Amino acid sequence: MKRRSLPVMVSLCAASALALTGCGQAGQGGGSGDGPIELTMWTHSAGNPAELEVYEKIITEFNASQDEYKVVEESFPQGAYNDAITAAAAADDLPCLLDMDGPIMPNWAWAGYLQPLDLPTSITDELLPTAVGTYEGEIYSAGYWDAALSIFARKSVLDANGIRIPTVDEPWTIDEFDAALATLQSAGYATPLDIGAEDAGEWWSYAYSPMLQSAGGDEIDRDTMLTADGALNGPEAVDFFTWFQEAFEKGWASNAGTIGNQEFVDDKVALSYTGVWNALASIEAVGDDLLILPPPDFGTGPKIGGGSWQWGISSNCSEEQTEGARQYLEFSFQDEYIAEFADKQVVIPATAGAEALTEHFSEDGALRPFVELSQQFALARPETPAYPVISSTFEKAAKDIMNGADVKSTLDGAVKEIDANIESNDGYGF
Amino acid sequence: MLDNSTPATEISALPATKPPKATARAQRGSGRRNSLARRREFRAGLAMSTPAILLLTFFLVIPVLLAFGLSFTNARLISPNPPRLVGFDNFFRAFEDPVFLQSLWNTFAFALVIVPVQSGLGLLLAVLVNQRIRGVFLFRVIYFIPVVTSIVVVSILWKLMYSEDGLINSFINTVTFGAWNGIDWLGEQSTAMPAIIVLSIWQAVGFHMVIWLSGLQTIPGELYEAARVDGASTWRQFTNVTWPGLRPTMIFVLITITIDALRLFVQVDVMTQGGPRDATTTLVYHAVRAGYRQQEVGYGATISLIFFVLVLIIALVQRRLTREKD
Repeated sequence: MKRRSLPVMVSLCAASALALTGCGQAGQGGGSGDGPIELTMWTHSAGNPAELEVYEKIITEFNASQDEYKVVEESFPQGAYNDAITAAAAADDLPCLLDMDGPIMPNWAWAGYLQPLDLPTSITDELLPTAVGTYEGEIYSAGYWDAALSIFARKSVLDANGIRIPTVDEPWTIDEFDAALATLQSAGYATPLDIGAEDAGEWWSYAYSPMLQSAGGDEIDRDTMLTADGALNGPEAVDFFTWFQEAFEKGWASNAGTIGNQEFVDDKVALSYTGVWNALASIEAVGDDLLILPPPDFGTGPKIGGGSWQWGISSNCSEEQTEGARQYLEFSFQDEYIAEFADKQVVIPATAGAEALTEHFSEDGALRPFVELSQQFALARPETPAYPVISSTFEKAAKDIMNGADVKSTLDGAVKEIDANIESNDGYGF
Repeated sequence: MLDNSTPATEISALPATKPPKATARAQRGSGRRNSLARRREFRAGLAMSTPAILLLTFFLVIPVLLAFGLSFTNARLISPNPPRLVGFDNFFRAFEDPVFLQSLWNTFAFALVIVPVQSGLGLLLAVLVNQRIRGVFLFRVIYFIPVVTSIVVVSILWKLMYSEDGLINSFINTVTFGAWNGIDWLGEQSTAMPAIIVLSIWQAVGFHMVIWLSGLQTIPGELYEAARVDGASTWRQFTNVTWPGLRPTMIFVLITITIDALRLFVQVDVMTQGGPRDATTTLVYHAVRAGYRQQEVGYGATISLIFFVLVLIIALVQRRLTREKD
């Protein structure tokens, strides 16, 4: 017995491990036969209870509304979500329904993760243009909301310093903005603007590429989508990044501090470049004194990034599951749900019908200015499969420039990196 | 196990063998016993090494071979296009890539500081906590705590401490009576890498202290007694008894610290993301950034392969320099 025990134990372990994985596999198939067809659904919303609550409500009501399909939801923390999708795709194990950040959609569609959404146009036509993800003429994703960036300020502070309050029709020019920052700095704000540079990741492209576009540059030449040359390193881009570098040199902005809007709430900064999601807390703290202002015009009019989290159907979805997934999405795009997302998450609802139902974004809602900003200035990030590389290269270049690197040569390096990547991917199909 | 010297019990353990009768048979039996024992040993050896061999094959050998293959292709993490052979393109690209060259430099600069300082400090601590005084156990624990703390947690805490209004700046500010205006340790090109070096030494020195300590405790006490009888000073005892006795430990510490130092990644990933202006980017960090975040698996594999070869060369050189002369 003693002699045999080790091999026996090893084989027992192996056998039980196999059995366990077998069970795991079997559990995933599920739903065949007489029960309802199971639709797996992944969200990035773990850690965001407000958002998750609405999803759970929609799922419960959808599952109760019919007995052919059953949606099973699984949520991931946002930081690990894209990795989970990539790993699942590599293992051919994607969920049927999945949400994704707007700008990454072309990459996933190109890679074959997604299938065209094929929702009735009566739904997609109603949505904000930036809440619909289109790639090569096909709609692959649609979302319940969009976000918007703006500049928060206190009316009392601007008035006291004789600074003009900008409007959507007449935003600050860059010279006015510079003058305002200089004034506020001499008025005692050591760092007058919280530009959010302490954050990392997609924020950089989301927040600062619209400024670059406002100056007349871009992250890539959108006509061909084949090169960044001339867009990311042209004279307009150099001008903008020189401004960006100087803003840090002069102490107008800083990369220290905490992520979020606390510095503005505490009145340590006079202006805060931040998103709609921080607005409610600021209203609570500042009250009527709060101004929600358009970002400055760097030359070709203000721009803000568009495209937030949206839903798609994966290519791993079987035909009957796809049918169910469409039914679920159609069911979920009700104004009532969209309004609930908007109020709970503090994001801009994607339909006019939902706007009217919301507390914050209706005609006289406190956050109404964001709707206007989004309608007037929202610009999607480049809709190309190269976007993840563009975004990460943009972030690195902008950070290097913030830290004092030579503007022109850094941008040239970034262009070279992006172009090399596009080339090694045979142009990403463009 | 039963006593091996009694053949009867040994053989009776094998059901197929008939009971022995005479000396001749006993001899044959012992021959068979030897081969049986050998076979059993072989089987036991196989059973014991199988888990390690399997794990090493799956998680080391196969990935290394894959990396070797991938580094000659333009493979992508996400792509509908099949990877294509591109020859040595990735290698040429690496040596023209300024971030790669900077990473190479940073990695070796880091190791060049870490290896002597951390091993020296580890030895010093080991000698200190090797004293027979009350409460010495407490110090051993204190020095060892950072080792068993997750490096991610340590990095996050030190990031806070290094910030412009963090603990370190306010401490220096207090002891200099306000003459010190905080600097952003991780935000300045000149201080970011030294800051990471200090934190890394603090975190890992306890581990090497324990290794040195185990080495110290293998040195027989008689040698020290003899040295004292000969009138050797404490310093002479160290150079002539302790240090020669620590030679095998020294080789182990040197090689593990070198390999650990060259692998620098987590601190950079958590604290600086390679910045400011590539001041803290390392080979492993650059490989992850290129291969995973920019999805160029082929290029990432090339960087890893270059890294692998460099580490191998260094380890071999160290091994050769420290080998036993006799």
